[in-house]
Amino acid sequence: MKPKIKRFTVAFILTVFSFVMQTTVFSWLSFGGIIPNIMLILTVTYAIMKGDRVGIIIGFFCGLLADIFFGTFIGLNAIFYMFIGFFNGKFHQVFYEDDLKLPLILIFTSDLLYGLSYYVIMFLLRSRFDFSFYFLNIILPEVIYTIAITLIYYPMLLLIHKLLDRSDKKEGMRFV
Amino acid sequence: MSPVIPQKGEGFTIPGKYLLFVLTIICIALIVISFNTDVLSKPISTVSGFIITPVQNGISKAGLYLSGRKEDLRQLKKLLEENQRLQKEVDELTIENIMLQQDRYELVSLRELYDLDAQYDDYEKVGARIIAKDSGNWFHSFVINKGSDDGLEIDMNVIAGSGLVGRITDLGNDWAKVLSIIDDSSNTSGMVLSTSDNLIVTGDLQCYSDGVIPFEKLVDTADRVVEGDKIVTSNVSDKYLPGILIGYISTIEKDSNNLTKSGYLTPAVDFDHLNEVLVIKRLKQTVEE
Repeated sequence: MKPKIKRFTVAFILTVFSFVMQTTVFSWLSFGGIIPNIMLILTVTYAIMKGDRVGIIIGFFCGLLADIFFGTFIGLNAIFYMFIGFFNGKFHQVFYEDDLKLPLILIFTSDLLYGLSYYVIMFLLRSRFDFSFYFLNIILPEVIYTIAITLIYYPMLLLIHKLLDRSDKKEGMRFV
Repeated sequence: MSPVIPQKGEGFTIPGKYLLFVLTIICIALIVISFNTDVLSKPISTVSGFIITPVQNGISKAGLYLSGRKEDLRQLKKLLEENQRLQKEVDELTIENIMLQQDRYELVSLRELYDLDAQYDDYEKVGARIIAKDSGNWFHSFVINKGSDDGLEIDMNVIAGSGLVGRITDLGNDWAKVLSIIDDSSNTSGMVLSTSDNLIVTGDLQCYSDGVIPFEKLVDTADRVVEGDKIVTSNVSDKYLPGILIGYISTIEKDSNNLTKSGYLTPAVDFDHLNEVLVIKRLKQTVEE
């Protein structure tokens, strides 16, 4: 039971950390007013490392946090992040720790889809039709910035994941 | 061993599909509830404000300190360069003298602005610091470090310097969410100060990158409104106190219906470099139904 609690605590801290970083530190480090989507990196990373169930839960809470503080209505971002967690969890089968290409491609696609669906629901339905503007000025820069941050953040998450695995194994050895 | 038989030590787990389904239903229920009522906002915001806001507050303070030091260093360098340059070129002093005289003219016009600011002095105000900005790139709202404990309430107006920033839309014990007037979902009822013609200021993400906010539905049959006119919050707005400066008209043109006019205004507040704001602790009087 103990490693489970440890994992839960780590996931909780990482979620809060990502949210706080995204809303405070990166609003100073923004390029042209664009903030990278760190919570999405966290969701995708957890989903491919741990499978779809963990992906759903992490995504749900990340989205809920964003909704509570900044959402127009509570639950919309939670759904987006949750589905991102679920579908990326399907790639858990082909996940290798040393492979950086897969997370990069998945984060790229996820952020793109997130931006597109957010545009459709929050802007297109309010008759903001100039898609090319929103795509070139909001969605694409966010994707690129997020990918750049992934190169720093993902190895950190991977390291935490490896350390937790190692400590789990140690604990298992002791009891066997 | 067949995969159907649960392995020893493995607890009961719900398959991902069902978990996703259940949580989606919960989310949709939350959306419907929060869209129609505001029952949810109070308990959720209290709990989350208890955990998140202190962390955001601390990090914001540290960040402000660091950026302050950076600014100090940069300015020190700048001053040294300026000193050298001034010592070498005495001639420039004469030019500066002329520039000072120009500044005096600017002072006169700034004093006019100050008069408008003095208008809000009767309202009780409280200063607050911005501690977090919107987590996405689509909307412009932010969180300040004062909440209901400091006597704030929902719909209180937020200003910075002499211009309108927005209003409080969400509240916790020690934090409040401010929806700015440039936010894409925000509409503000304004009026032209010189002619008292009403208009609607609509926040728009697309125009924001050009540094302007669109306005529309201005009825100006006498053609008296010109570029450069001040736009203030109107008397008929149900959320904003009257007479707070929003900005200056930069372009204006007739709509295709020939009845109303629309155009763009330059906001009085620099939304890109906003760190501290003032909250007016008085709510707009509304008629009870």
